[in-house]
Amino acid sequence: MTDLTSQTLAEARKGLAAKTFTSLELTDAHLKAMEDARVLNAFVLETPDAARAMAQEADAKIAKGEGGPLAGIPLGIKDLFATNGVRTTACSKILGNFVPTYESTITSQLWRDGAVMLGKLNNDEFAMGSSNETSCFGPVGNPWRREGSNTTLVPGGSSGGSASAVAALLCMGATATDTGGSIRQPAAFTATVGIKPTYGRCSRWGIVAFASSLDQAGPIARSTRDAAILLRSMAGHDPKDTTSVDREVPDYEAAIGRSVKGMKIGIPKEYRLDGMPAEIEKLWEAGAAWLKAAGAELVEVSLPHTKYALPAYYIVAPAEASSNLARYDGVRYGLRVPGRSIGELYENTRAEGFGAEVRRRVMIGTYVLSAGYYDAYYLRAQKVRTLIKKDFEDCFAKGIHAILTPATPSAAFGIGEKGGADPIEMYLNDIFTVTVNMAGLPGIAVPAGKDSQGLPLGLQLIGRPFDEETLFSLGEVIEQAAGRFTPVRWW
Amino acid sequence: MTATSGKLIKGATGDWEVVIGMEIHAQVTSKSKLFSGASTAFGGDPNTHVSLVDAAMPGMLPVINEECVRQAVRTGLGLNAKINLRSVFDRKNYFYPDLPQGYQISQYKSPVVGEGEVTVELEGGRTATIGIERLHLEQDAGKLLHDQSPSMSFVDLNRSGVALMEIVSKPDIRDAEQAKAYVTKLRSILRYLGTCDGDMEKGSLRADVNVSVRKPGGPLGTRCEIKNMNSINFIGQAIEHEARRQIEIIEDGGVIEQETRLFDPNKGETRSMRSKEEAHDYRYFPDPDLLPLEFSQSFVDELKAHLPELPDQKRARFIADFGLSAYDASVLVAERESAAFYETVLSELADRARDGKLAANWVINELFGRLNKEGRDIASSPVSAGQLADIIALIGEGTISGKIAKDLFEIVWTEGGDPRALVEQRGMKQVTDLGAIEKVVDEIIAANPDKVAQAQAKPQLVGWFVGQVMKSSGGKANPQAVNDLLKSKLGI
Repeated sequence: MTDLTSQTLAEARKGLAAKTFTSLELTDAHLKAMEDARVLNAFVLETPDAARAMAQEADAKIAKGEGGPLAGIPLGIKDLFATNGVRTTACSKILGNFVPTYESTITSQLWRDGAVMLGKLNNDEFAMGSSNETSCFGPVGNPWRREGSNTTLVPGGSSGGSASAVAALLCMGATATDTGGSIRQPAAFTATVGIKPTYGRCSRWGIVAFASSLDQAGPIARSTRDAAILLRSMAGHDPKDTTSVDREVPDYEAAIGRSVKGMKIGIPKEYRLDGMPAEIEKLWEAGAAWLKAAGAELVEVSLPHTKYALPAYYIVAPAEASSNLARYDGVRYGLRVPGRSIGELYENTRAEGFGAEVRRRVMIGTYVLSAGYYDAYYLRAQKVRTLIKKDFEDCFAKGIHAILTPATPSAAFGIGEKGGADPIEMYLNDIFTVTVNMAGLPGIAVPAGKDSQGLPLGLQLIGRPFDEETLFSLGEVIEQAAGRFTPVRWW
Repeated sequence: MTATSGKLIKGATGDWEVVIGMEIHAQVTSKSKLFSGASTAFGGDPNTHVSLVDAAMPGMLPVINEECVRQAVRTGLGLNAKINLRSVFDRKNYFYPDLPQGYQISQYKSPVVGEGEVTVELEGGRTATIGIERLHLEQDAGKLLHDQSPSMSFVDLNRSGVALMEIVSKPDIRDAEQAKAYVTKLRSILRYLGTCDGDMEKGSLRADVNVSVRKPGGPLGTRCEIKNMNSINFIGQAIEHEARRQIEIIEDGGVIEQETRLFDPNKGETRSMRSKEEAHDYRYFPDPDLLPLEFSQSFVDELKAHLPELPDQKRARFIADFGLSAYDASVLVAERESAAFYETVLSELADRARDGKLAANWVINELFGRLNKEGRDIASSPVSAGQLADIIALIGEGTISGKIAKDLFEIVWTEGGDPRALVEQRGMKQVTDLGAIEKVVDEIIAANPDKVAQAQAKPQLVGWFVGQVMKSSGGKANPQAVNDLLKSKLGI
C-alpha cells in the first residue's frame, strides 16, 4: 500500500472522489507508515482508533457525495493545537497529560472539511527551538540524511514533527505554527512546502501560545498545491481571536499555475550575508532565474533594518512568552510539584516542568520587561519592529509583488551539533525568516534544490499582507522548475 | 483646580494638612465578564461561573465585552471626564493562585477615560471639587478559600475576569469628611448611571486610599496606601488614624516609609502589609492578544444622549422647581431610588410646586426616619409612594391635620390600606364645620371664665384654649378655624 502514501494530497483527493481507494485504506496506509517510522519520533501520540472512525465517517460522506474539501485526507496535528479529548502538551513536561475539553479553531475547521486526524506531532517545547531538540519527547529525526552518512539530522523546528512526518510520507499534510520561522525552516530542511500566512489570517484560538503578536499557524505539505488546499480550510475569521482578520478566504488553489508574468520580484541585498555558503547563493540565483524565465521581473531592493530583526525578535518573543507561560503554575492543570509554600510550589513546578531553552527565554523575557529595562529593550525592539515593517511597506509601495530570499542559511544539521555551547548559533537559523514574523507578512518556503551532500535546500518568498495567492503562484513556478524531492527511506 | 481645604490636624509642632488620593475599584454592572462570556452573577457555587478563558486554559484568548466598554464610557461621561477614543490593554504580570493567567489585563499607559471631576457636598452647605485622574478597565481576580482544608487552600474563580473600573482621583482630598463625601458621591453617580451597583458589602465597590501629611502649603509628604477598604465609615476612621500615625512619626523625628497598609476595623488602626522594597515589578506591556480599544465619537455621543439625569442635575432641578432647600434636595438625590420615590409621590399630587416642600418633609422625616429606624431600604417600604401622596394630599386639602396625618401614616405603615378610605372609616376627618367647632368653643369659654380674663389680658394664652378645643374634638378640629373663632369670641 506504500503507493497510497506517496501521492500528494491533491492526487489522493482525486482518488477518493473516484473511489479508487477509500479513506479507510488511505488512513490505514498512513497508520502503517507511522508505525514503521517510529524511529523518527515525529508523532508523540498516535490516534489510530479515532483516525479510522473519522475515515469511515468520511467514506460514508464521500459515498453520499457530501464530502468536504478535505474529505478523508489523513493529517498530522502539531501538539501545540488543542484537540478535544486528545492529549495536548506543547511537548512540555509542564502540561503533563493535559487533555483539553475544547478543539482549536483551526483543527475544528479541518474536521469540518472532512480531514482525518492521525495523531499529534512532535515540536520544540512550546515551539521554542529551531531543531526540534527541546521537545520533552526527545528529538525528531529528519528523513533526509547526508549522502553516504548514517548520522541522523534534525528536521528543523519548531514544527519538526510536522515537517518530518510530511517528508517521510507519514501524513498527507500537517498543521504547524511559525513564530520566527518554525514552519518555513523545517520545510526547507525536509524538502516540504510550508507557508506562514499573514498575521491574522488564521485563528490562534486553541493553539498553545508562544509569542502572541508573532504566532501564526499554517500548513506543511508535500506540494505548493497541497499547501494551498490546506490553507483554505485553516484560514478564516474567528470572533474568538480578535487579532484574526475578517476578510474573505480566497480559493488559494486557483492561484496554482496562475501566470507570474510581469510580477516584480524583489531581491533584498541585505540578505546576502558575509560567509553565506556558495550553495545557498547559487540556489538563490537559480530561483531568481526560474522566476525570470516565467516572465517575472527581478529588482534589487533594500530592507535596511534587516540586521536588527533577529536581536529585536529575541526581545519581543521572549517578553511575550514570559507572560504567556505564566499560566503554567501547577495550580489548575498539568504538572504540579508540591512545595511548603505557594512560592515553592511555583518554583518547583516550573523548574521541573520547563526545559532549559524555555527557562532561558522566560528569564530573558522577564528581564527585558522589568522596570528600568523596559525602555531600553522591549520598547526599542518594538520601534525596530516598526522600522522593519516600514522597510517592507516601502518596498511593496514601489510595486514589488513579492521578495525572494533563501529560507535558511544552511541545510539540516546533526542532532546535538548546534547550540550546545552558544544558543545564538541556533537562533541564527531564523535569520531569513524572523523579519517576516516581525512584519506580520506571509512567507512561503519551497524546496528548490540540494546541497553538495544531497540535503534539501529551500527558498523563501515573502508577500504583501494577505496576498498568499501570489506566493502560491510563484512557489508553483519554483516547484515546477526545481522538481519535487523525496528522501530515500532508511528507517 | 485647587483643593478645598479640609480639617487640619493639630500636632505637637502645629497644624498638619492631610493629602488624600483614592483608587476606587468598581465592579461593572454587566451580565458577563470583561473578556469572556461567563456569568458575573454573585453567590454561585465555587467555580460555576468560569469559562475556559477565565481558567486560563492553554490557547485561550480574551475577547472584549462591548457592554463593559459602554459602561466605562458612561461612567466617564458621568464624571465629566475626557473619553479616549483609543486606549490600550496591558498585562500586569504577577504570580498568585487567584490569578490564573499569571497576569491581570488592565490599562496602564492609555486608559479609556482621562481627566474629569466630581463635586461633593460637605457639611454646612459647603462643596469641594475632586479631580479625577483617570478611569480604566481591568479584570478582577478569583478568591482564595483557606478554610476548606487543614493543609490546602482552594481557589474559586467565579470572580476571575469580572470587569472592574478603577477610578483614580487626583490628590485633591484634604480630610476624612471629604474622602467619605467623595466615595458617597461617586457611589451615587455610579448607581444613577447603572454602571456599578455600589454594594460595598459584596465588594462591588472597594477603595485604596493614599494618605500623606504635610505642613499646610508645604511640600507633599511620603504616602502610604491603605488597601481594600469596603466601608465608607472605615475609610474615614482609617484616614484619621493613618494621618495621626504619620504625624506622630514625623514629630518624633522619624520618616514615613512608603508602604501598603491594611485597616483593622476591630482595632481601628492600620498596619503594614508590605514595604516598597517588597512591591512587585509588574512588567507591564501591551497585551498582544488584544487590539487597541478604538471607538468613534458618535459611539460616545450616542451613549451621552441616553445618560440618565445625574444627582447634581436632579438636585438643581429639585431646588429650582420644588423650592427645596439644598440640604433636603441633597438628601433626596443621594440615592436614585429615593429621588424616584419622591418624584412618584409628587406626580400623584395636584400642585407639585406647592406641595414639593411638604412632600420632601414627609419623605425625609417621616418615611426615611421610619425606614432608618427599622433598618429597611426604600424598596421594601410598607408605605408606597401612592399611599404617601394620598396622605400628603389629605393634609393639603385640609381633610386632616398634620398631627392626624402622622397617625394615619402609622396605620398605613403597620396595617396598609387606602389612606382616603381609612380616614373615612375611622372618622379621622378634620372638623371644619364651624357650627360644630363653635359649640365646643362656647362650652370651653363658658366653663373657664378665669382663663378668659387671663387670655384677654395676655392674648398669647389663647393657645391654652386651642389645646382644649383640639383635645375635646379628638384632634379633628381644623386648628385654623379654632384659632379664628376663639380670637373673635374672646375679642382679642
